[in-house]
Amino acid sequence: MNIHEYQGKELLRKYGVSVPDGKVAFTVDEAVQAAKELNSNVVVVKAQIHAGGRGKAGGVKIAKNLDEVRTYAGELLGKTLVTHQTGPEGKEVKRLLIEKGCDIKKEYYIGIVLDRATSRVTLMASSEGGMEIEEVAEKTPEKIFKETIDPLIGLAPFQARRIAFNIGIPKELVNQAVKFMTGLYTVFVEKDCSIAEINPLVITGDGKVMALDAKLNFDSNALYRHPDILEYRDLDEEDPKEIEASKYDLSYIKLNGNIGCMVNGAGLAMATMDIIKYYGGEPANFLDVGGGATAEKVTEAFKIILSDNNVKGIFVNIFGGIMKCDVIATGVVEAAKQIGLSVPLVVRLEGTNVELGKNILHESGLNIVPAESMADGAQKIVDLVGK
Amino acid sequence: MSVFINKDTKVIVQGITGKTALFHTKQMLEYGTKIVGGTSPGKGGTEVEGVPVFNTVSEAVKATGANASVIYVPAPFAADAIIEAVDAELDLVICITEHIPVLDMVKVKRYMEGKKTRLVGPNCPGVITADECKIGIMPGYIHKKGHVGVVSRSGTLTYEAVHQLTQAGIGQTTAVGIGGDPVNGTNFIDVLKAFNEDPETYAVIMIGEIGGTAEEEAAQWIKANMTKPVVGFIGGRTAPPGKRMGHAGAIISGGKGTADEKIRVMNECGIQVADTPSVIGETLINVLKEKGLYEKCKTH
Repeated sequence: MNIHEYQGKELLRKYGVSVPDGKVAFTVDEAVQAAKELNSNVVVVKAQIHAGGRGKAGGVKIAKNLDEVRTYAGELLGKTLVTHQTGPEGKEVKRLLIEKGCDIKKEYYIGIVLDRATSRVTLMASSEGGMEIEEVAEKTPEKIFKETIDPLIGLAPFQARRIAFNIGIPKELVNQAVKFMTGLYTVFVEKDCSIAEINPLVITGDGKVMALDAKLNFDSNALYRHPDILEYRDLDEEDPKEIEASKYDLSYIKLNGNIGCMVNGAGLAMATMDIIKYYGGEPANFLDVGGGATAEKVTEAFKIILSDNNVKGIFVNIFGGIMKCDVIATGVVEAAKQIGLSVPLVVRLEGTNVELGKNILHESGLNIVPAESMADGAQKIVDLVGK
Repeated sequence: MSVFINKDTKVIVQGITGKTALFHTKQMLEYGTKIVGGTSPGKGGTEVEGVPVFNTVSEAVKATGANASVIYVPAPFAADAIIEAVDAELDLVICITEHIPVLDMVKVKRYMEGKKTRLVGPNCPGVITADECKIGIMPGYIHKKGHVGVVSRSGTLTYEAVHQLTQAGIGQTTAVGIGGDPVNGTNFIDVLKAFNEDPETYAVIMIGEIGGTAEEEAAQWIKANMTKPVVGFIGGRTAPPGKRMGHAGAIISGGKGTADEKIRVMNECGIQVADTPSVIGETLINVLKEKGLYEKCKTH
């Protein structure tokens, strides 16, 4: 789960990681009020959306007085920002972070991630602050330093010191940087982060080490033990269909094509998208109904697929192991009856109770095209949608 | 022969009194798996499906001589269940549970260092040696005894591949689901090594998906060490970057972990990769014919 920059900074502050003073604003008046309270000559007005690249897209403005704060806040609120991470449709700005400006002497990068190859948490740092770390890794890999963290020990102070010296933090600020990294690691493990990225980390003219930006993502499997993090969830940042799906424990991701997919199992669901594309079609979604789906869940899944207006046909691909084919068939028939079947539907059933399932579909009298295999089904739906 | 499990494997079911565990205990018993006990804290001394229930794993092991366990306990308690099984010095622990917090697994992996136990999973369908022993949630009837090993990150795609093989008269030794999580116990290379050493396995199917670099590392290992033909499939060619495709580990991040890159490395290492999931079986059969192994693998 993603959270906003201002929320991330709020959390970091609680863990003793220093961040500039700032406040969130939902309206222009709130923005001006927040700026007044900051009592600073320079105030930064930052658009809060769940995407990087905001600066380049014009989502970060420097204001020298309250009038400018008012102007910029007015411009940004309600504006749709298009960055390299938002996709061409962009994201509407509904919240602003009003922050005290600071005198930046030098920018660095600090990030904590899971390293799959070692199954350990890794601290990464670079002197190239403000640049994307992937870009640094490609062009100047020698400028990235890493420390692998033993989960039983945690981030050892010597590791944090080594990183600080390696990236060239001035020696009088090394202890502050160590405290910063230790705090960041503590947030990471205590709150089950999947990424904690500070880009840039800055040192200021008055000798402070601070997080100028903060990107924190959380492991959705661990949210059950962090109700405080769950409160940070911003539904405006998510696709309404994905929110609806998550209520029924369905794994749904919207894509840009016109063939809706309903599949059991994540691997098969991905492979189903691939095979549709292979035969010249475009999948409209990823949807894994899971192993323990009931007829009711299948009905909901069907409704969610059809709520996407781009969908011109549906391919149901089920390999029943635990998931029984008759359950899927009952759900499909129920859904089709409830909402009316307005687009072609191809169903491929295989596995447990396959004959029962096929009978249910056949006897429903609905216009369902049966498929003998995954390839057969994919070709049929691509043909039907193409017509 | 087979890898990891066979007809003599004695299994306990951790969390045996849960609904899912009960259903699958019944299925495993029907397949012929030697389920010798189960655990459920507080229900020790009772019996389910004719299987004795114990309060702790160590007690169950002592009483039954079990050498493997399968875990169905809910995600918040699953890491503890794995550690309990490792502490009881079982040879093999298979964790079916999905949605375990990844930092829990980081600790589990650290705890397992230097211990004898092999962990398969979590978030996996389990392991099956055809006609001998089924530990997990896969449908037993699609498997057929033979000479092809299968290793996969995805459950349903494994079923798809196994089904294609069986339909074509090609049996399997063992099918191992290593699971879809970013931090897991047994990886591709561990299973490939075992298949390489198993005299009954003549060829291997390896099914991967987007995310991480495990497939690339396995491909390099195959090129350097594998004496048997391997064919592959990679799911997620059309997956958009930055989105988790159901499995916690199936995500393209920072341009890394794409299907195209994995397929490129696999091809470079001499592994044929099926274009679509529908032709995994066919791709293997073509390779078997090329290598003169088809007649040996075909069940008559």
